[in-house]
Amino acid sequence: MKIVVALKRVIDPYVKVRVKTDNTGIETQNVKMSMNPFDEIALEEALRCREKNIASEVVVVTVGTDASQETLRHALAMGADRAILVHTEKSFCSLNIAKILQKIVMDEQPQLVLMGKQSIDGDNNQTPQMLAALLGWPQATYASALSFSNSLEVTREIDGGLETIRVVLPAVVSVDLRLNEPRYASLPNIMKAKQKPLNRLELASLGITLKDHINILAVKPPVTRKGGVILDSVNALIDKLKNEAKVL
Amino acid sequence: MSTLVIVEHDNQVMQSSTRHVITAALQLDPYLVLLVVGHGCASVGLEAAAIEGVKTVWLVDDELYEHQLAENVSELIVSMASSFNAILAASSTSGKNLIPRIAAMLDVAAVSDVTKIVAPDTFEHPIYAGNAIETVQVLDDKKILTIRTTAFEAAAVSKTPGPIEQIECDLFKTTTTFVHQELTKTARPDLGSASTIVSGGRALQSAEKFKLIEDLADTLGAAVGASRAAVDAGFVPNDYQVGQTGKVVAPTLYIAVGISGAVQHLAGMKDSKVIVAINKDPDAPIFQIANYGLVGDLFVLVPQLIEQLKQR
Repeated sequence: MKIVVALKRVIDPYVKVRVKTDNTGIETQNVKMSMNPFDEIALEEALRCREKNIASEVVVVTVGTDASQETLRHALAMGADRAILVHTEKSFCSLNIAKILQKIVMDEQPQLVLMGKQSIDGDNNQTPQMLAALLGWPQATYASALSFSNSLEVTREIDGGLETIRVVLPAVVSVDLRLNEPRYASLPNIMKAKQKPLNRLELASLGITLKDHINILAVKPPVTRKGGVILDSVNALIDKLKNEAKVL
Repeated sequence: MSTLVIVEHDNQVMQSSTRHVITAALQLDPYLVLLVVGHGCASVGLEAAAIEGVKTVWLVDDELYEHQLAENVSELIVSMASSFNAILAASSTSGKNLIPRIAAMLDVAAVSDVTKIVAPDTFEHPIYAGNAIETVQVLDDKKILTIRTTAFEAAAVSKTPGPIEQIECDLFKTTTTFVHQELTKTARPDLGSASTIVSGGRALQSAEKFKLIEDLADTLGAAVGASRAAVDAGFVPNDYQVGQTGKVVAPTLYIAVGISGAVQHLAGMKDSKVIVAINKDPDAPIFQIANYGLVGDLFVLVPQLIEQLKQR
């Protein structure tokens, strides 16, 4: 079967993000960018499926500017077979991204779409569920284990613990942190990735109509919390909690 | 027109998160309908009907909805959506599994983790693990939201329960099937609603030594949490994780033991009223947000703390 992995280029998780002084967004100039860590886990799982002969082809897709080609090349270096960039200069809400991905999925006809449960920029946790809805496919979110038989059994990380469900393919699966540890791209594979096919499509050429659903009015830094006092003993702590904070 | 609130429950008890969502819903519209979807969930309906400000509870009780799978519950909610101009659920794994699917089926946007209702179409929510707060205006007629429960007070329970309506509606089937659940069993308070939480980090060294955190929690009648590092190291199950990708909590007292304070973790607990940090590294970022800090070996300090708390 074919697996499509949808991924996103985001600010590297180890970079401290800064809000622009005019409150219009986040500073992204001269900031290190990476593949969304959850998407990296999704790609790793797809590659393992291919290595176990469950999957025959792994196609990665992203929506974004030409800078996203770097993220796709990284995915190819990790082991994806080919890549698709839907090129646009505009940024979109989750619903519109899901609509663009829906078009790609309908063209590619995979049995499985894997993606991170959320991107670490918007933290919305919406696109996989929306894509599944638009396709009319089952969804399995927050996967921490996958097991293939006639159908797909997915163990999901839920608030109280773990839940296992069985979905009929084709399906959309969003992955959580503990599914696997993604591999590093080796130097020979980075070299090989340069020869792998990367198909650049203009968004306008896809023939889908998108309308605006959301206006971003402001992006502000959060209210900061001031540090308190360092105490010299457990006694002093209990005294403060009891008499000052009044929480004991 | 009114607001629909999806009640979170396990067919027996209502999750307290629902009461926080109701507070948010009442800021949007005084008229709201609570929807309980499940099987054998009449007791949940009674609980829901007893919340202050709730005028109507709709109960959809059918075997098909026993495990509240996203596929058919979303179809059910979409089938009743024309009566509502807003649909809200808690930003729990259950709410976030369901809400975006409903939004996409209705061709409208969803806003996740709403922390403030600025206007009926304008909402604040955290992005970048809480390092920025985004204000968004929804242009669609319907507002589909998940509510960050720590940002809204819990609605009170009133003395006179409102009416419960058994709803006759279309039944939707799904090919997705429930296999099993492994819920972490604990006699301690629920992490999401506990007034005191004791959390441990990687510095606890092992699952056995993590028991020290549980001992402190039990002395205080507190819930137990953990940093992602402690969960990844296998000291405790994943549902103990406090942080942007785990649970977001805001108890009255949060005690962080052996947690350095990665951005990821801080995003999940920085709204706690009083934060105590115990760490051997005086430069650990956790001290920058803690009200009270103790610098030293946790394996010395925590047993002392347990001892002295017991003597009180």
